Amino acid sequence: MATFHFELVSPEKLIFSGDVDAVVVPGAEGEFTVLKDHAPLMSTLKPGVVEIDETAARKLRFFVRGGFADVASAGLTILAEHSIPLEEFDAAKIAADIKDAEEDVADATTDEARRLAAEKRDQLQELKAALKI
Amino acid sequence: MPSLKDLRNRIASVKATQKITKAMQMVAAAKLRRAQTAAESARPYAERMEQVLASLAGSIGPGAQAPALLAGTGREEVHLLIVCTAERGLCGGFNASIARLARESATSLMAQGKTVKILCIGKKGADLLRRQFERQIVEVVDLRGVRTLGFENADAIGRKLVALFQAGEFDVCTLFFSRFKTVISQIPTAQKLIPLALASDEKAAPQAVYEYEPDEEQILATLLPRNISVQVLRALLENAASEQGARMSAMDSASRNAGEMIKKQTMKYNRSRQAMITKELIEIISGAEAL
Repeated sequence: MATFHFELVSPEKLIFSGDVDAVVVPGAEGEFTVLKDHAPLMSTLKPGVVEIDETAARKLRFFVRGGFADVASAGLTILAEHSIPLEEFDAAKIAADIKDAEEDVADATTDEARRLAAEKRDQLQELKAALKI
Repeated sequence: MPSLKDLRNRIASVKATQKITKAMQMVAAAKLRRAQTAAESARPYAERMEQVLASLAGSIGPGAQAPALLAGTGREEVHLLIVCTAERGLCGGFNASIARLARESATSLMAQGKTVKILCIGKKGADLLRRQFERQIVEVVDLRGVRTLGFENADAIGRKLVALFQAGEFDVCTLFFSRFKTVISQIPTAQKLIPLALASDEKAAPQAVYEYEPDEEQILATLLPRNISVQVLRALLENAASEQGARMSAMDSASRNAGEMIKKQTMKYNRSRQAMITKELIEIISGAEAL
C-alpha cells in the first residue's frame, strides 16, 4: 500500500513522525480517513481518536483533544493540544478519574482552581465519549 | 592591616561562597539540559502553526474581512508589553537585559504619545520595571509554583490575552523574552503577537486549492487564539532555557572569581604569618643580645 508522510505534533513535542498507510482523523464535521494523495484539506478536530495505520500490522491509536489537521501535498500534519496514547487508558481508570475531577470541582476554593478542575472533568468525559465505553 | 584571624575568617567565608556558586552552577547545568530539550521539542509545533496560518492568511486575501486578532484593530494607540523574565535572580544580566529592552520600547512609545500597559510574567521583571512604570503594570503573572512548564500554563496566559484584546483593552501586543542561542549567548527579543507578524515570504501564496472544514473564517477564529498560546509557550520555554544558561555562566565566573580571591587571601595570610614569625624571632634575638 502506498504510504505518505504523517506528523502528530503537540505543543510540547513531536509525538509521531513517519510514513504511514492511512490515518483516521476525527474532523469537526465528521471522521475522515486520509490516504496517499488526498486532496488538500484543512479541518479543525473534535475530541476523538486518531487511528494511525503505520502498516497493515501495526496500528497506533491516540486520543486527541482540540486540534487541527492539515492535509497538503507533503502529507498530513495534525496539531493537537493534548494527545495521549490510548493504551494508557482503561474504562475503570477513566471512571475513577472523572469522579476525582468532579470532587475537585466541588472542593475548589478559587475560580482558577475550579476552572482547571472543570476543564479536566470535561476532558475526561470527552475521552469517555470518544472511546464509547 | 587585618589580623591573621580576620584573614582566616575571610578565606573560610569565600570558600563557603564558592561551594554554593559551584553547586548552583551544576544545578543550572542539569536544569539547562532539560529546559533546552523542552524548548527544542516545542519548536516543530510552533513552526507548523506558522506555516498553516501563513497559508490560511494568504488564502483569505486582502479584500476579505480578516479577524481582528490577525489584522489588528486598525489602531495603534494602546500597546501591551508582555515582559517574560525569571522568577529568581542570580543569573547574570539575564533579567536586566530583557527589562532594559522593554523599558526602552516603553519609553519610546510613551514619547510618541501612546498608552502603554505592561504585563509581567515572572517576578524579577516586575521588580525591575516597577520603579519606573508603577502605573503601567496591569498584572504580574507568577509562575513560581510551576514545576514543569506545560501548554496549560501558556494557554491560561493566552486566554487572558485574548479576553483582554476582545474587551478592547489594547491594540498592539508585543512579547519580550530572551531567545536561547547558546549557553553563553541569549538574545533579548521583542516579538509582535497582535497583530500577527507573519513571515511574508513565498509561503504566503497558497500553493494548492484547499478545502476547508468548517470554513476559513471559523478555522482562523479557533486557530488564532491557539497560536497566541503557542507563541507564549515558546517564549516561556526559550526563556527558561536562557535563564538556566545565563545562571550557569554567571555562576561559573563567580566560582572562578572566588577561587582567585581565595588564592590572593591565602597568599596574604601566609605572608603576614611569616612576617609575624620573623618579627617575633627578631624580638627574641635582640632581647638576648641586649643581655
